Amino acid sequence: MEIPYTVKARPDTGLWNAKIGVWLFLASEVMLFGGLFSGYIFMRLGAEPGTWPHGLLNVPVGTLNTAILILSSVTVVFAWAALKMRNFRRYQLCMGTTIFCALLFLGIKLGYEWPVKFHHFGADIKRESLVKYEEYLGNEHREKEGLTPRLTISGYLIDEHGHTLHQADYERLRAEGAKEIRVKLDAANADPNNPKNDSPRFLPVPMSDKIATIATEDIQYASMYLPRRSSYFATYYTITGLHGIHVIGGIIVFIYFMLPVSARLYRKDPEHLANRVEVAGLFWHFVDLVWIFAFPIFYLL
Amino acid sequence: MSHPQESHVPAPSGGSHEAPHDAEHFHCHTRLYVGVGVALLICTGLTVGISYIHFGSEAMNIFMGLLLATFKAALVAAIFMHLKGERKDIFRFMIPTMIFLFALIGLCILAIKDHIHF
Amino acid sequence: MDTQSHTAQPHPGHEHDDHHEPGFWGKYIFSTDHKWIGIQYGLTGLTFLFLGFCLMMLMRWQLAYPGEPLPFLGGLLSRIFPHEMPAGVMTPDFYNSLGAMHGTIMIFLGVVPISFGAFGNYVMPLQIGAPDMAFPKLNMASYWVYFIGGVLMLISFFVPGGAAKSGWTSYPPLSNISDTGPGFHFFWNGQTLWIISMVFLISSSLLGSVNFITTLVQLRAPGLTWMRLPFFCWAQMVTAYILLLAFPPLESAGFMQGMDRLFGTSFFNPTGLIVGGQALDVSGGGSPLLWQHLFWFLAHPEVYVLILPSMGIITEIIANNTRKPIWGYKAMVFAALTLGFLSFLVWAHHMYLTGMSTKVSAFFQTTTVIISIPSVIIITALLISLWGGSIRFNTQMLFAITFLPMFGIGGLTGLPLAFNALDLHLHDTYYIIGHFHYIVAPGSIFAIFAGVYHWYPKMTGRKMSEVLGHLHFWPSLIAMNGIFFPMLIQGMAGVHRRWYDGGATYSQIIEPVLHWNPVMSWFAWMLGAAQIFFIINVFLSIRTGKKASDNPWDATTLEWSTPTPPPHGNFTRPITVHRGPYEYSVPGAEKDFSPQADA
Repeated sequence: MEIPYTVKARPDTGLWNAKIGVWLFLASEVMLFGGLFSGYIFMRLGAEPGTWPHGLLNVPVGTLNTAILILSSVTVVFAWAALKMRNFRRYQLCMGTTIFCALLFLGIKLGYEWPVKFHHFGADIKRESLVKYEEYLGNEHREKEGLTPRLTISGYLIDEHGHTLHQADYERLRAEGAKEIRVKLDAANADPNNPKNDSPRFLPVPMSDKIATIATEDIQYASMYLPRRSSYFATYYTITGLHGIHVIGGIIVFIYFMLPVSARLYRKDPEHLANRVEVAGLFWHFVDLVWIFAFPIFYLL
Repeated sequence: MSHPQESHVPAPSGGSHEAPHDAEHFHCHTRLYVGVGVALLICTGLTVGISYIHFGSEAMNIFMGLLLATFKAALVAAIFMHLKGERKDIFRFMIPTMIFLFALIGLCILAIKDHIHF
Repeated sequence: MDTQSHTAQPHPGHEHDDHHEPGFWGKYIFSTDHKWIGIQYGLTGLTFLFLGFCLMMLMRWQLAYPGEPLPFLGGLLSRIFPHEMPAGVMTPDFYNSLGAMHGTIMIFLGVVPISFGAFGNYVMPLQIGAPDMAFPKLNMASYWVYFIGGVLMLISFFVPGGAAKSGWTSYPPLSNISDTGPGFHFFWNGQTLWIISMVFLISSSLLGSVNFITTLVQLRAPGLTWMRLPFFCWAQMVTAYILLLAFPPLESAGFMQGMDRLFGTSFFNPTGLIVGGQALDVSGGGSPLLWQHLFWFLAHPEVYVLILPSMGIITEIIANNTRKPIWGYKAMVFAALTLGFLSFLVWAHHMYLTGMSTKVSAFFQTTTVIISIPSVIIITALLISLWGGSIRFNTQMLFAITFLPMFGIGGLTGLPLAFNALDLHLHDTYYIIGHFHYIVAPGSIFAIFAGVYHWYPKMTGRKMSEVLGHLHFWPSLIAMNGIFFPMLIQGMAGVHRRWYDGGATYSQIIEPVLHWNPVMSWFAWMLGAAQIFFIINVFLSIRTGKKASDNPWDATTLEWSTPTPPPHGNFTRPITVHRGPYEYSVPGAEKDFSPQADA
């Protein structure tokens, strides 16, 4: 028993089944990411003015990742076109490139971007204690310039020997009732009155060698830049994480299209494979679309 | 039927093995895809660039950034996802989806911004 | 317009060389045949429906006799749940679990899988003349994902702390902090399992909706234009559409709540939250209101998911048993489409008490009042359809006719709730519970019963017993009203929802209506007893039921033009549709019904 219109279009609708299926699925995905983005909007609009972080993500790396994903979108549509033109070798080349770009995107995100943030430490200072840490915050200068106050001291959490500590160490310190912590400062906290540090810059500024000592009783909330750190990072990790899961899903499907079973399908009915690749390609373009919004929202705006 | 690039895989034996579209049809599309890809890369650079320009208020900065993002998204949807030239029904189906999305986001924003004051 | 050149079913007698007869696993466990998947959904769904009903019967003991040990079952339960029912007495926490899980199970594991997954899967492809669904493997996957979700919900009763307790609405901050801390596993706790299970259930529905809509668009038989579709199929189409677009925001909210519970984020934890006298160790900055918006964005359209397939079932049965066409078919179709669209724009009427301004409130009040119109159109059309009919009072018709006034009461009691000013008084009272139960219990569930009696002969080749049917119907009808009407009274008097003792603590305020509690409980147990006749009927009739022909009800729609039970591929001859779905008593015709596929 065969399901009709799997490959050939139905005359009155002009569509084959999976094409409708994938667009329906994409509509639901629009609502899924829409729900998450409305979460982002809630968090951002509900945040105290000036508390929404900027400049904590690596913009050049994010831009590179965006370019890689755009390139993979181009190669996947080439792969589909190659199948429609019955050029199997070219299809394999383009599909392979797409998979490579996707893996590169994931590798940069999961292998570099996220781990870097997991070791980056930030401490929000209590309002009443801000004056004590003026040398690291520069709020007098900021008030004169009409800028929102700086409330966070960030950098690497270090021990007495200068070794970088991780989240588990910080929690151990807190459990032991440590009275103070030492932070190797980011450039903005090392030189807060420098106008160059007033707003984020494109190229990340190297960490300073200056070390600050913060009393734990002055800390409102502190942790490594994990999802728990703030609503900004909660939404960042959740949206980019779910996006990453979709990238993984796409990679799995594309790998399947490179396996011998797909080559066999091409020999039997190439239009069927072309349709499948088109459907997967549509999904992949949607993944690209989400990133097109996620990138400026988290890295730039 | 001869194809401009010969593949080394044995020619498909069953099903619809003739290229249903003219090779030329795909050639000019190939140029279009490359063009759109380049346009997207340029727009990405632009997005990064304008994020360092102050447009008056934070809301305006965000608006400009999202406007560019929407333009990029429209390019991907229209050209890569073949919406332009696809059956109108699919496009028409996405309209209610977008209405509901904007209703969700818009009414949520309104609920936060405009609430009773105690 | 359909062309005649492409058939939507196989050539008769056509065999593929690679078509193997599937073994036991392929035929009964991982079947890709929509009919068997429909039966899987039906059996699993009915089991969960019964389980959810049992949870309610337990709750009604506590409401009627708060603090007293449960007779008979109390001993057994105190051994299975020693913490929750010590010495057979229900703890408040356990009452909350029962309440939360009753709602969750009935809606997501019971009514939707039966109405959409079971009836939709079994009947819809048959009614459109298709050989199967557009994506059979996806169909199979959607059933098993639902099954996994169901198993997770069941497991949650037996982990330390018990099942979720924060209501089927799972509002934070309570749902964020519930079942956390010392004594709880960070993952194997009721509330977290609830979220994980919801993600599975939502995904299952999404896969199903894609299948339904594609099938309806693409696999209709030649001659079956949109306006010749049975209303049942239109209802399933709108339901699928609602599920497709409304569920994902709840899935996203589920991810966010999962992140809050598992990774300590603060999507829904507001700043400065104090729990047990101590400030919660989270960053804060979250919004409990965000959850409510995302939850109700789904949960309002969800109620139309609960009722639309039921309206579809009732329409088929009324047309068939009045022997005349449905009055106002076109109006019903457009009403269903409008209902689907509008359902996305009313959700915050569940949130009138959250501090929204008059602008937002006015918007939602307006859309909510408007959305009552399509429902009224549908019910009115069905009522008018009865006029002048030659009515057959078989069991399914009894359920179908009573659906109309019962849904009417449910719908009308909803009208005051549309208005912010009235809702201020009625929100979170038993009035609400009475209102929505009138719609789902003697509404949706009666329609489900009707559907079972109606399509049972097609599935099994035998009719169910009419005697047992009456024994099922009459007590059920009386009991339903005995349970839910007093709720309306109690609610107006101010009795809150989710009070574990039925309001005994607040007796100085609500004493005049407290006596209804035992009354409602006895009606609930009577309702339970009446279902025994149904269960016996379902299982016994397979053996002893009167043998049925292919079309025992003399119906016109395409599912009755197949052999009984329909074979793999459904139709043994090419199907072309020649007329509308309800051509009964056509003047000048031979018989009092003209099947759609007859030449």
